[in-house]
This record gives sequence, C-alpha cells and structure tokens, in this order.
Amino acid sequence: MRMTRVAATAAAAVLALTMAACGSDDDGGTGTGSGTGTGTGDTAATGVIAKAQSGTLKVGVKADQPGLGLQTGTAYEGFDIEMAKIIAKGLGMQESGIQYVTTVSANREPYIQQGTVDLVIATYTINDERKTKVNFAGPYFVAGQDLLVPTDSTITAPEQLDGKKVCSVTGSTPAKRIQENYKGAQLQLFDAYSKCITALAGGQVDAVTTDDIILAGYASQQQFAGKFKVVGKPFSEEPYGIGLAKDDKASCDKINEILKAAAADGSYKAAWDNTLGKSGTPAPELDTSKLTNCA
Amino acid sequence: MSGNTVLYDHPGPRAKVRNAILTAVFGALILALLYWIYRKFDEKGQFTKVLWEPFLQGDTWKNFIIPGIEGTLKAAATAMVFALAFGLIFSVGRLSEHRWISIPAGVIVEFFRAVPLLLMIFFISFGVPFLIHQPVPPFWSVVIGLTLYNGSVLAEAFRAGIRAVPSGQSEAAYAIGMRKSAVMQHILVPQAARAMLPVIISQLVVLLKDTALGYIVSYPELLQLGVNVVAANYFNVIQAAIVAAVLYIIVNFALTGLANYLDRRTQRRGIRTQKLDPGAAMGNAPGGGL
Amino acid sequence: MPVFSDPANFDAYVSGFMWILKMTGASAALALVLGVLLAGMRVSPVPVLRWFGAAWVNIFRNTPLTLIIFFCYFGLYATLTISLSDDLILNNFWLGVVGLSVYTAAFVCEALRSGINTVPPGQAEAARAIGLTFSQTLRIVVLPQAGRAVIAPLGSVLIALCKNSTIVGTIGLLEASNIMKQLINDNGDQVILIFLVFAGTFAAVLIPVGYFFGWLANRLAVKR
Repeated sequence: MRMTRVAATAAAAVLALTMAACGSDDDGGTGTGSGTGTGTGDTAATGVIAKAQSGTLKVGVKADQPGLGLQTGTAYEGFDIEMAKIIAKGLGMQESGIQYVTTVSANREPYIQQGTVDLVIATYTINDERKTKVNFAGPYFVAGQDLLVPTDSTITAPEQLDGKKVCSVTGSTPAKRIQENYKGAQLQLFDAYSKCITALAGGQVDAVTTDDIILAGYASQQQFAGKFKVVGKPFSEEPYGIGLAKDDKASCDKINEILKAAAADGSYKAAWDNTLGKSGTPAPELDTSKLTNCA
Repeated sequence: MSGNTVLYDHPGPRAKVRNAILTAVFGALILALLYWIYRKFDEKGQFTKVLWEPFLQGDTWKNFIIPGIEGTLKAAATAMVFALAFGLIFSVGRLSEHRWISIPAGVIVEFFRAVPLLLMIFFISFGVPFLIHQPVPPFWSVVIGLTLYNGSVLAEAFRAGIRAVPSGQSEAAYAIGMRKSAVMQHILVPQAARAMLPVIISQLVVLLKDTALGYIVSYPELLQLGVNVVAANYFNVIQAAIVAAVLYIIVNFALTGLANYLDRRTQRRGIRTQKLDPGAAMGNAPGGGL
Repeated sequence: MPVFSDPANFDAYVSGFMWILKMTGASAALALVLGVLLAGMRVSPVPVLRWFGAAWVNIFRNTPLTLIIFFCYFGLYATLTISLSDDLILNNFWLGVVGLSVYTAAFVCEALRSGINTVPPGQAEAARAIGLTFSQTLRIVVLPQAGRAVIAPLGSVLIALCKNSTIVGTIGLLEASNIMKQLINDNGDQVILIFLVFAGTFAAVLIPVGYFFGWLANRLAVKR
C-alpha cells in the first residue's frame, strides 16, 4: 500500500461524505429544514409552485397499497398517483416531470420537513399534530378507520376486539388509535400492510385495521375474493390531505384551487373511476367547502 | 484445518458400523423433518401455482428483483470501499503515538461499533438532516451507516493484525532507517491486511447482508423491492422472501468464493512469508465478526 | 431532557431496553448450546453430521437476519403453526429469540471451530493414544482449551447479538429501536437528543462488556 493510494482513498472518503452532506438536492431551494415554519417571506420563490415551474416535482407516495399507491414495475399507479397527475397538470407542468419517491407512514413528515419530497400524497390524514409540522391542502378524500376480517368472522365493531389479535403498521395513526382506545386488543405491528394481509389470510391475526379505502383495495384483489370483508362501520374520520412544507401557503392555496377545478371538470371522478372505482364503488363527491384554509 | 483428522482415529470395523448407524438415523430424522415442513407448506397452500408464478415471469425479475439486487450491490460496493478506507485510517490513527489522534480515533471506533446499525441508519436519515439542513438521500443513509459500523469493526481487525506482526519486523525496519509512516505502509499494513483477510471478508459479507436494513429508509434494495413491493403486487410475501433469501445466499457465496480465490492467489505468489494467527489476533477486537 | 421527563416516554424507553436485555439473555443461552452442538457436528467423524453443521452455518450466516426473523413469524409460526405462547407479544418475543439463536449459533459454531484449531494437534493425538474416544477427546481435552481461546470472539458474538436483537422490531416487538422511532416520530424537534440517549445506552453497556471479555480472555488464556 503506497502513500499515494492511502491518500487517494482518504480523499475519496472525504469527498463522499461531502457529497452526502450536500445531498441530491442541489438547487438548495428548501429552506424548511428547521421543521417549524419560520418566516414566510421567501416562499413565493422556493415553494412547490416554483418547483413545478422548474419542470420537476418530487412526490412522496405509497408503494405497497393497491388502488391508492402501488409500485408496479417502473411505474406507480392508484388514486393518489392520479391526484399527483391532476396537481402537476394544474401547476402547468408535464406528468413526466413527476418523480415518485416511495414513502412509508413513519417518514412522511420528515420527508417534507427536510425537503426530500416536495409533496406527499400517500393516504396522509390531516390532523392537528401533523399540522404543526407540515401544511395540508385538501382533503381530496375522506376515509375512515375500519376493520378487515375474514368473511365468516363475528367481529362487527372495534369494541369486539377485546382479546383479539389485530394487525396494523408501525407508526401509523390506526395503530395508535387501537393502542389508545381499544386497550383490550392485542396489536400486531409490521412494516407493511401486505404482511398484515398475509397474516390475516393465514389466521394469525383476527383483523387488519386501517382506513376503509385501503382495506377495500385489498378485499377487492381477486386472490382474496370471497375471503375477506370490510366491516363497514368506520370509527374515525380520516381526511386525506396533500402534505407540503409548513411555510408554503401560496402553493397550498393553489393546490386547493386545482382540486376545486378537478371536482368541477370531472377529472376527479375520472381519477376515481380508473383506480379505486374499478371495484364498482361510485365516485364520492369532493366537498370543496371543506378544503383547508392553508393556515 | 487439521482438527478433522486429528480428533479421531481412522474408523475400524466397529466404528464404521457405528458411523453408518448414526448416518442412517440422523439422515432419516433430517429427511422426516424436511418432509414434515413440505407437508405443512403444502397444507397451507404455499405451493399454489399462482403464488410462485410471478417468479417465472421476466417482468417480475426485470422490474423488481434485478433492480433490487442492483440496489443492494451498489450500496454494498460503495460502503465496502469506504469501510475499508475508514478502517485503515482509524486503525492507524488508534495506533498513533500522539494521544490527540489515538484517543479520538479510539472513541469514534468504540462508539460506532456499539450502536446498532438499525438505529444508526434511522438517525442518519431522519436526524442528520436537522443538523445539516439538507435531506440525506436513502442511498447515502445506508452507505454512511454501513461505513461507520463496518469501518469501525475493520479498524479493530486491522489494528489487531498490525499488532500481531512480530515486533522484530518493525525494529528491523527502523534499523535500516525507515520512518514511522514508511514502516506502517511497507511493513505492517500489508501483512496485517493479508493476515486478517478471512476476518475482513466475513465482515464484508456482514456488510452486504446489512444492506437489507435499507428498507427502513425505503432504499430500494432486494428486500424492499423483491419482497415488500412484489408482495404488494402479488400477495406472495412468503414466496418472495424465500426467493430473496436464496439470492442473498448465492451472492454471499460468490463473495466468499472470490475472497478464497484471492487468498489462494496471494499465497501461491509466495507473498505470505509467515503465518499470523487471525483467531488470536481478533481477540483484541471485540464487537467484530457479525 | 424534555422528551424523557414525560413518564410515559421514560417508561417506554425502559421497557424497550428490557426487551433487548431479555432477548439477548435468552438467545445467548440458546445460541451457545446450539453452537456447541453444531461445532461438535462439524468436527465429528460422521459425514452426515458434518454436512448438516456446514449447511446450517452456510445458510444462516449468509441470510440477512431480517429475513430469518421474518421466516420465524411467517414460516415457523404462520405456516408450520408452531406457536410459542398464546400471548401475542410473548409469542413474537420467543419467535424473535428462535431467529436470533439459530443465526447466532452459526457464528458461535465458527468461533468454536477456529478455537478447536488453535489446540495443538499433539494434544488430540496424545488423547487418542491413551485410548480416549472422539467425544472424550473433545470434552476432556480439546473443548476446555478451545473454550478459553474463543472467549474474546464469543464476547464479540454476544455484543453483536445484543445489537441484532433490535431487528426483532420488524415483527412488531416494541423493543428499543421501535420505541426510538416512535419517539422521533412524535418529537421531530428533539431527534438528536433521542438518538444520543438510545445510542448512548447501547454504548454505555456494550463498550464495557467488550473490555470485560478482552480482560477475561487475557486472564484465562492458555499459556503455551
């Protein structure tokens, strides 16, 4: 080992660390690293609108939820993906400029706060706790937490979960709600719903809980036809929002306008019909009076 | 490997019979166990065609598994280079005679060796961005995490290897007028690296396996793409995991095989002038090995 | 420490590390027993035993632990219907212990085998010359010496086991890493502090353990 070679490797290591520190985001446009929105003076130049003008938009989506956000090979498909396309179009950019980034429930806020993604459209419930960290446009859909059970199950409400095994995903709102409100239930946690579904199919858990719309996506898979049913009594209200940086009010307002337009011109209904609507559920009305005020 | 032949006599007639009986009994037990596992899997419908079919289609390989392997190998290869560099620098640093170098080097190595990689990667991905006000892409979260942990383990391996070189060698080198850095470069490090090759290789296999932890920051490696995403499309998580496990074993075997080949080659060229004892040397390096 | 002044968070922190401790303890005992048996098999005169030992080591050592733990849940429990407890949490705990043990046993076996190689061949030859059988040679002459030679490597294996037990979190056990993620998720502004507390706890326990094994190895080293 010669000196030059040692020096070269050391230099390479230093270089790499520097590169890592700079990240892939070389335009330095995200001044939201501190997390809690500070100052709104420069947002017009740096927010989602500006990103869209530059031609690329990084959108955080789920990769493993059939009907909503599912990675199928090199592409993504689902209702959330269609919403991303509608928003991109409304912002005046090409669909091809959307870069989908796989997110999991636990990393959605950090991804927005740290600028890893510009938008999150990933079955993302609007709630007060999250509002302190990120801003929400929408809601573009109102789901509710429900239970998926085997067809012959006697469970008809969450109150009957006492002593039963119920499965959800680590760090998700449904898991938290079960932990807090239905302490009698035994909670099995995995990192992905597909594992919960496998456990339900195998009888290791008695129910899977998350938003009804996600559950319906699984229940409608032909492989599980006739095996599972959604209980159909939602015990929470989950308004799905579009997450973006806390201080990006301008873009948030703009996205709400785009949603309004989409509801009016039928593109919202088309997005539904092409994805979740395939199982026969009619498209819901998008209640534009409930859109957030992007505070 | 002398143990095998030294520990017992060449079997005589009675020993041969006894070995044959043991072989038959144990072999039958293993076969029975395998058959029972097969039956249970069959009973649960795990061999259903629809569950395995995706793996017969080119698209599954093209879209998920091959990109997954690429992601795994890319992260592993990058981290291996950095970990070796890190290990080399910090082993030499820890052996430095200047306390202001050796003490910080020691603290860094000890710390990163003691922190679970899972915590490390998670922190780099979700904590470090708050410090540098920049996102850390999943790829670099994984690579930096792997580098810090495996680099620290390798640093201890190198250090143990350097200390295992007989002191006469460095004394002789000083005697012919070589300076400290020259002794390190030309005498100690090359021998240590060669002597510790088995330890280094097993650590690199560990590194490769640990890329699987990339899924927690949704880095698209074999476990994320080949198991989680495939299962979301086809609902065959058990089958996908079996395929992934076989692929990991193949890749790791290839890595070990390559290392053994390199080891043999260096020996044939007669570079290894003396045999150090890596087992005993590694005794000074707690925390390594897996 | 704002996060940890909340008693609920502090309790979660303690319970997370209690799981780590329990898993490490149970798996260490099981892995040691399995590892000794496997090492015995790998040096035994019976080919099928040698083959079994080698297969075990090569399969488990080359598979990511995440997958092994996964197979414990979806293979051992879900498919082979081996339930280790009626309680969901305890079942996951024991499934995790099984996964950690079979994985760690492969490393224990390899450490012991290299330890056996450090015993000079003359000793085994002498043992055979006075008529000891294979198992007697191993038990009385070789393993006691090999055991001392492998104290330091086994210490490393124990430390790695403790860190690896965080991976059982993937089947839902709320051990330290899952608790850390939960706390970070709820307290995004205190990420650094939370990480330092969790990482620091591991370091504060494992670094002294490492030095202890180093000291023990030197003390008990076989003088030749």
